[in-house]
Parts: sequence; structure tokens; C-alpha cells
Amino acid sequence: MFYREAGQFKASYAADQQIFPIRQDRIAYYTLLAVAFAAVPMVANEYWMATILIPFLVMSIASLGLNILTGYAGQLSLGTGGFMATGAFAAYKLSTWDIGATFGLAEPMHLHMVFVFLGAGVITAAVGVLFGMPSLRIKGFYLAVATLAAQFFLLWLFNKVPWFTNYSTSGVISAPPRELFPGVVITGPMAHPVTKYLFLLSLVVLLALGAKNIMRCHLGRAWMAIRDMDIAAEIIGIRPMRTKLAAFALSSFYCGIAGAAWAFLYTGSVEPLAFSIEVSFKVLFMIIIGGLGSIMGSFLGAAFITLLPVLLTNGPRLLGLNIPVDIISHLEFMIFGALIIFFLIVEPHGLARLWQIAKEKLRLWPFPY
Amino acid sequence: MRLSKFTKASVYTMVAAALTVGVLAGGEARAEDGQYVPGMVYRTGPYAPGGIPWADGYADYFTLLNERDGGIGGVKILYDECDSAYNNDKGVECYEKMKGQGPTGASAFQPLSTGISYAILDRVRADKIPLITSGLGRADASVGSVFPYVFTLPVTYWAGADAIVQYIGQQEKGALKGKKIALVYHDSAYGKEPIKTLEALAAKEGFELSLFPVPHPGLEQKATWLKIGRQLRPDYVIMWGWGVMNATALKEAAAVGFPMDHFIGVWWSGSEVDMNAAGAVAKGFKAAQFILPGNSFGVYKDLKTKVFDAGKAKGEAAEHGTVIYNRGLGAALLTAEGIKVAQDKFGKKPLTGEQIQWGVEHINLSPERLEQIGFSGMINPVKLSCNDHEGGGSVIITQWDGKEWQPASDWIMPRREGFLRPMYEESAMAYAKEKGITPRDCSKE
Repeated sequence: MFYREAGQFKASYAADQQIFPIRQDRIAYYTLLAVAFAAVPMVANEYWMATILIPFLVMSIASLGLNILTGYAGQLSLGTGGFMATGAFAAYKLSTWDIGATFGLAEPMHLHMVFVFLGAGVITAAVGVLFGMPSLRIKGFYLAVATLAAQFFLLWLFNKVPWFTNYSTSGVISAPPRELFPGVVITGPMAHPVTKYLFLLSLVVLLALGAKNIMRCHLGRAWMAIRDMDIAAEIIGIRPMRTKLAAFALSSFYCGIAGAAWAFLYTGSVEPLAFSIEVSFKVLFMIIIGGLGSIMGSFLGAAFITLLPVLLTNGPRLLGLNIPVDIISHLEFMIFGALIIFFLIVEPHGLARLWQIAKEKLRLWPFPY
Repeated sequence: MRLSKFTKASVYTMVAAALTVGVLAGGEARAEDGQYVPGMVYRTGPYAPGGIPWADGYADYFTLLNERDGGIGGVKILYDECDSAYNNDKGVECYEKMKGQGPTGASAFQPLSTGISYAILDRVRADKIPLITSGLGRADASVGSVFPYVFTLPVTYWAGADAIVQYIGQQEKGALKGKKIALVYHDSAYGKEPIKTLEALAAKEGFELSLFPVPHPGLEQKATWLKIGRQLRPDYVIMWGWGVMNATALKEAAAVGFPMDHFIGVWWSGSEVDMNAAGAVAKGFKAAQFILPGNSFGVYKDLKTKVFDAGKAKGEAAEHGTVIYNRGLGAALLTAEGIKVAQDKFGKKPLTGEQIQWGVEHINLSPERLEQIGFSGMINPVKLSCNDHEGGGSVIITQWDGKEWQPASDWIMPRREGFLRPMYEESAMAYAKEKGITPRDCSKE
């Protein structure tokens, strides 16, 4: 009744090709943006901002990244944690780099945070291309094993070489305090969660928009062709090496930014252990549960995996039940596991597909045939 | 059929959404008058065997204070736990959740994890809440002028490393030159802490140091110990382990025939849990401690009548008097003493973190005070000041006789003046520079 596109005519190619061709979707999208940018910072308290929304947004970037590689280009990867670590350490090195001293200036000068994040992404993209090389010969689960090498090698490297941590004795890096605009601190302990959240949200919106559009242009189509049948794709003129490596580069770019954001905007300090193999699996589960090959799915999956455990640990308390913390933790694991199985049985193609079915039903509602 | 599944899924989604709204609405403090003490503990995860007795000891001491004295200075202690699972992200989440609770916010945090203390190190400065890292955490945080809100009493890892080397020196009649010492460590922020000190000591005393990192969680050490036992054959092995890593190391050391009495662990490697898991092979293993195990100390008299016999203990009776349970008691004592000292200055009412910071900074656990609160003999005296947040605690080496820990040395005073202290200062100043912190002037306070 409400969700019906009857009567919405497209008069130009631009109108026909837009991301949300249905008006209701557009309205929903802009409302969501307005809520996220304006309402949430006003309503949510610091705890919500700093420990629930920020990690959710960071993990959304990471799962966007992996979804590009695995969901769209069909290259299974378990190196996400390693790439995120690369992003974090690259951002650390870039942000603590005293340009003034390098170029013989009197004043110490530091890279602006925006360039730090971009630089971390670009460096990670280069590393990703390097570790994407085997994908030209290896496919499927075997590739997953090859990307494991990235995971373990990169973490080992950051643990082993003290240069990466600026010779810190403990191997922990922490974000130096930096400003986004003069007077607006964005990293370090003095940064307000709202500033961090808004910066991160802008980053997420830009990256998601970028990803969505790349998926709709020739590159995205080439990736999907490779994913669906690489030999056929090769025959119609898609160059596998360039296409696959581009997927690795872009995916790692996203993961690198996610890693930098994790270290700089969320925890404030990390050791390589924070990006262990568990993170790689977590991001992989996010895109599997959210929906492979779907931008929306990346967000749904990230929300499911990061928000649900927080909800489950805090749930019993809010209902007024005084359950010991260890039992809550164990309950969390059990309920969480059960929910994953439940959702995958109900919809093996992920939450994004569930959303799509819901939309189809809505179109016919209230008169399904 | 499709529809019904879909409907079911929607119902579940709605339930989840309703819960979300619930969380949004909640998360605020319960309105009860008293001093809120957060317990950042881990009762789950791979390090739970060590986390549980500590958490029980920490909780039981506050139960004792509430039951016996009606809190501290008549102000009831509101103790609450959050499970961090020894996971840094969860620890940060716990911290953010707990820091604003209670009438005056959190009193002091003790995360029992070097990783988590690193993660919240900067945050406590911004939030003005003391962070007590008793026998763990960042050693250079002993410099109170740079780290006003971080306390390392009674000893740091660097002090522990120095004490262990001093002990080895005593065993070798001072002749450390040319000896080979290996460090087997948990490859994380925690395990890496002593390296710098041991390297400095190696240069100073002339022994040869070899490093053996063990990846988390530490179940795979065969290659490490083959190299130690068959190839390097060091005179002593020092271990910085935690959790399952400890028992695994003991078993592997026994498998390559390394003599146990030349194998010395830091305090986190020397608990009954690890020894019992390793079994008979652990006999003779040594560990440094800063709080002695045992249940004959004064505080246990009241604990028995007011807490254990009243059925108010958190854990099982078997853990009372063990190394880590006692360390939990000791840790709780430090928080409680900080609150008490702060109350003496600011009045007997719920205090803020900033006021308790003053209290912790002026802790003076003199022999008389320790006797009075029943901790005499369990912990050595400490006295803090504005610039010294470590307080001059000492370390004792104990040995596992197959059933319990026996003291194997006297209390050893780490060489702070002229050795550790300049190292702390240097490292802390580098931190201050990187973070743009202006150290406060302690001569004026």
C-alpha cells in the first residue's frame, strides 16, 4: 500500500540509473542519514557513542572491504585482520611522522588526519595487491589459506620490528592527539565521542557511496563476472590479473581505513594482538550473515555481529535480573550462536536477502496473491 | 510456509529491536547511595582460571568491608562486576559502561590485564578516574608527574625483572658474568614489558639474554623448549606467562629435562592453578610474588566469620588463601585504602574519581597500618607520593613444593634509585612528548 512504485516515471537516464530508483527508498535513505547525523549525536549518551556505534561503523567499513573482495569478486580472504593491522600501523607511522624534521623546518609538522587515513588506506592497498598475487593461480578455499599468510606474516612483522611501534617497549601503539579543524580534536583521549562519531560517519557514508558506485560501473561488473565464472569472463575480454588485483587493492584500502579507524577512533591504542585471526573470521561472518555481494548486507552483518553481543550482555541487567557476569558471558555465546544458526536456516543468503524479501512482500501488501 | 518463517524472523527482529530500545533507555546508574567500585574482571575466556580467584578475592574484601564496617567510613560500597574476558575491546566497553555509574562515578579501575590498562590509560586521564595496575601494566607509569591517574604500586614488571635477576645473582654468589638467561614470554604488551630491563641488566651484569616469544594463548611451545633445552641450555629461564601458557611451559620444560629450580616465573606465572595443571613435574618451580599466599593472615579471621561462614563468599572455599585470591584481596585493599585516605581529607561521603586520585596518591601502608587491617606479612609496606606511584614495594621468591608455595628468599628490594627510576623517567618523558603532556610539578604539591 505504502511501498509501491506505481506512478513513478523516469524521464531521464540519470533518473533511471540512480542508486535508489524508488522514491520511498530515497526518503528512507535520507531519513536514515538525517537520523544518523543529527538525531543520534543529540540522543545517544557517551557510552553508546564510544562503545557501540563507533565499533559498529568501523566494522562496517571492514565488512564493506571484505564484501568487495569476497562478495563481489569471489576471492575468499582470511587476511582481513592483517590488512586492518597494516592500516592501523601505517596510520600510526604517518601520524607520528614529523614532516618538519624530515624537511629541515624549525617547527614540528604533522600530516593532517584526513591524509593519515587516506595514506593508511593506500599503503594497505599496496600490501593487499602483494598478497593478492597468489589469487591469479589459486582459487576458492585454497586462496583462503594463502591469504592466511598475510594475516600471520603481517602481525608477526608488526610484533617483531620495533620501528613500526616507534620503539615502544610494549609493542603498543596509541593515537597521538590531533585536530581535524583548528580547535576540533579528533584523536587522543581528549577527543569528544561525538566528534569522532561524526567524522567516522562521514567516512562511512563516503566509502559506502564509493563502493556502491564502483559496483555499478565496469569494474564492479568485471568482478562479478570473474566471481560467477572466471573462464567465461576471460573469454569476453576481462583481464583476470588486473581485475583481481584491483579487487584486492580496493578491498585492502577499505580494510586499511577500518584498521586505522579502529586504532585511532575507537580504542585509542592497540597492539597487533587486537587484529588476530579472530577479527578476520568475525568480518567474514559479518558478510556471510549480512549477505555476500551486497552493500546493505555489509552493514546488516556488522550490526548483527557487533551489536548483538553488547545487547545480550546488557539485556539481563536491564530486565532487572541479577545474573553473575560469567553466566551472562556464557549465555551470550549460546544465544548468539543459536541466532546465527537460526538466521542462516531462515535465509541462507543473509540478512540482505531477508530485507529484499521483506520489500517484495511489502509491495504486494495487503493483497498478496 | 515462506511467510510463516518470515513472520517468525520478523518477530525475532522486533524483540531484538525492543531490547535495543531498552538498552538505550537503561545503562544509567541505579540510584543507591554509596561509593561505586567497578570490578573489571574476567570469569570467562582462556584466562579465566586466573581471573576467577582474583575476582572472588576482590569482591570478598568489599563484602567484608560492607558486612563488618558498613563500608568505608560508613559509606556503603556498591560493588559491581563486568566481564572483560581478558579482551581489550570488551575491557574498553566495560570501562565506558562503568565509569559513570553510582552517585559519584567509578572510584578506581583495576583491569587485571596489561592490554586493557594500556587501552584505557589515556582515557582515565581524560575522565579523572584512578587506574591501579598492581603488579601489571605500564612500568613507566610509576612516574606520577606524567601519569597522575595511573598507579603501579607496589611493584612494576621492571622491578620484578630486577628482583628476579638479583635473586639469580644471590644464587650464583654474584657471578652473573657469562651466564646464559632465557626469557620465555607471552607475545603481547604484557610479556614484552620486562625485556628492556633485562637487556639493561644483561649489559650491566654481563649475562647473555635470549628471548623466546610465545604466541597467544601459549599452547604451542614445543619448538621453543627444544631450542632452550637442547640447543641453548641456559643457566636460568625466566618466564612472563599467563593462563594456559604457564602449565604448558612447565610440562615442556620437564619434557626437555630443564631443572625446575632454575626456572623462575613472574607473579602471574606462579599460582596453584598452573601448578596443579602441570602436575608433579612442577615441583621445584620458583615464582616471584609481591603478595604472599596463605590463609593465616589477620584479615582471614574476619573474612571467615563475616564472609565465608555467612555464605557470602563469591567463590569456593578451596581458593581461599591461594596466590591469586590473595592478590585479589590485596588489590581490593589498595582501592579501599585509597578511598579511606581520600575520605580523611574530603569527608565521609561518596567521592569522585578525582578525589580518590588524591587518596591513592597519599596511601601509606606502614607496618602499623598493615597490622591494623590484617595484612601484615602478606604484603610489604608501601608509601606513595606525587611523583612516585610505585611506592617502594618489594618482591619475594617462592618455590612450589608440590603442594603449596614456600618462601625461597627474603623480601628483595628492587634497585630503583640510580637504575629503574631513571629508566622510568626517560620512558615517561618520551610518552609525555609524544602525547603533548606537560608533566605536573610535584615539588609544589
